[in-house]
Amino acid sequence: MIKFSKQQLKIPKMMRPVYLVTGGMSEFRRAFPEKRTEELCVEALTMAAEMINMTPAELKSYIHTCYYGHFADHFGDQLLGESVIHDRLGLDPLGNIGVKTGGATGGSTLWEAVKAVASGYSDCALALGWERMDEVPTDEGNHLISCAADKDWETPLGHIYTGYYAVMAQKYWQVYGKSEDSFRKTMAEIAVKNRGYACHNPFAHGGMRITVEDVLKSPVIADPLRALDACLMSVGSACCIVADEKTAFKMCKNPLLVYVAAGTHTLRPADRRDMEIPLLPNETKNTYKDLDKRFPGGELYPGFTGFLAARMACYYAYRMAGVYDPCEDLDLVELHDAFTISDIQSYEDVGIRPYGEGRTYVESGDCYVTNPNTGKPGKLPANPSGGLIGCMHAVGATGLMQVCELMLQIWGRHAEVHGDAKRWKSFGKTKPKDWKDLQVKGAKRGLAISHAGVGSHVTATIVVDPKHQLKGGKA
Amino acid sequence: MSCAHEQNRGKVKVDNNRYIVKGDFSVIYPNTPIFNKQGKLCGVTNPRDMTYIHSYGAEAPFFEGLSKGSLKGTKCENPACEYKGSVYIPFRIYCPDCLKKMKIVDLTAAAKKTARIYTYMVCERSGAFNTLDKPIKFINVKIEGTATILMSYLYLGEPSMGMRVVPIFRTKNPTYTITDLSWVPEGTPQSKLPKGFSF
Repeated sequence: MIKFSKQQLKIPKMMRPVYLVTGGMSEFRRAFPEKRTEELCVEALTMAAEMINMTPAELKSYIHTCYYGHFADHFGDQLLGESVIHDRLGLDPLGNIGVKTGGATGGSTLWEAVKAVASGYSDCALALGWERMDEVPTDEGNHLISCAADKDWETPLGHIYTGYYAVMAQKYWQVYGKSEDSFRKTMAEIAVKNRGYACHNPFAHGGMRITVEDVLKSPVIADPLRALDACLMSVGSACCIVADEKTAFKMCKNPLLVYVAAGTHTLRPADRRDMEIPLLPNETKNTYKDLDKRFPGGELYPGFTGFLAARMACYYAYRMAGVYDPCEDLDLVELHDAFTISDIQSYEDVGIRPYGEGRTYVESGDCYVTNPNTGKPGKLPANPSGGLIGCMHAVGATGLMQVCELMLQIWGRHAEVHGDAKRWKSFGKTKPKDWKDLQVKGAKRGLAISHAGVGSHVTATIVVDPKHQLKGGKA
Repeated sequence: MSCAHEQNRGKVKVDNNRYIVKGDFSVIYPNTPIFNKQGKLCGVTNPRDMTYIHSYGAEAPFFEGLSKGSLKGTKCENPACEYKGSVYIPFRIYCPDCLKKMKIVDLTAAAKKTARIYTYMVCERSGAFNTLDKPIKFINVKIEGTATILMSYLYLGEPSMGMRVVPIFRTKNPTYTITDLSWVPEGTPQSKLPKGFSF
């Protein structure tokens, strides 16, 4: 049983409030054979400028330091790709640095930018991420992704990262899902929801109108996971601009407070050791006193079923932002739905539901924009963007895309951006005739989870309308 | 790769703390253009073959041990460490808590007597450069008395949680990689083991 010191559990303190000023995205696709990465990055930064009625040159004039998220150099065969993009964005001679934390790269990039502003080093910072996953065949891509596992102890075992994560899925499936058909259907509902939401998102490339049956009949990747349970592999870019209060209100009239915290856990799941569950603000030791009796096989924490990194990111972030109960204090979430089952696992790590009860978030209808059981707004809608399953997973950009989506929702500008027929056309698409406005009515606070593979890195980003800051939310 | 390159594939020795390399390490092929359907140039291919050199450092005894039929872990014996006595497999050089170098311990007998599958996954796919037969039966093995849960693969049978398994080792023509270790259900006879493997 390992323990953590008081110093390690200190709630992070920012020296001054940090605001999200704007953000932007490129279109996302499986491949862009006729576009260079810099074209996608320029598109994202240009959109960020347009969102606050600035030209790109005006926006750039505020930026003091730059943080670039790009996970897989070897996909693009370009070391220091960050410097290439920095130059092409015309941001020299500003300081820049690359950030790489696997699937959490986008969130980690924002974490760095926020800390730069919070510390006073910069008054305005750029966090921009991208990924180029289309320049090798898929099986080589799988090999390259597997290089993010331990190259001596894991990569030679199949050269397929899915396998290293899927053992965790299997454990959760049997212990907490009890291998029930009803649980399998609940997993499928997430895929149906997120692919369905993506049909209304012009940036997305995985929108599908499918049924639970379609998911259950899709090809097996690694039982119980099927093809339609899995996220997309994407190319694209996204960015966020953060600033201190004075600068933020100079740049736009309604900047949003932003808090980011991070957690990590062993790169090799094999190295996980047993520990007590770190408790979120609304939990007590009693919450989990009989967990192993209700779910035999769940004796170890985090075992192979929980993501300690996600739990720790929220442990810090909720206390920074004053979140007591995420279901009560937040209005929407953008979660890292790499697989339907990992999405359910995350509900528990981030405290939307206690450990063991993640499935009820879906089954209750709480995770929908409109609860299918009641026809009323869902309690805490998840991934109206379509998430990683429906919208995109361009690794270095993913965590930033999620925060852009929260920003649009909290600004109440979801329909303006997602429902713009010209935008659909500019991406070579036609706006669907049955296009739905997935604006979460009255959204004031949101959470984004950016997560790496087996849970080695996770960031929790909380975006808050400053007029609706929670009591206890600290700069 | 051509036959000539195959025969002259790069090899490495260590002498006096230096890598001595011999043969072909970098093989270049002509690149080719990529056009779209309309004949417009979109890009180029960049083909090449590389051989990396990698040091196992103080983990080498683990990989060498596999070739000799031995499963090695490490144990913290620092009296001042709060977690003294913890045994690790995967083999770690240093204690994750006190960072003292740990003692190498042989876990072969314990694995034979107590190893059980903690979780598993049967994976139909693999990435490029995979050398294992598909489907790959990933298993995570808990050996009594250890603090961690080793990832490996089951060679025979269908995995299930709690299943008793025993280690097998590629002692003939070892690759000196983690693939030299595999597992079979308890009670499997030697005659059913894959070529080159033994208990």
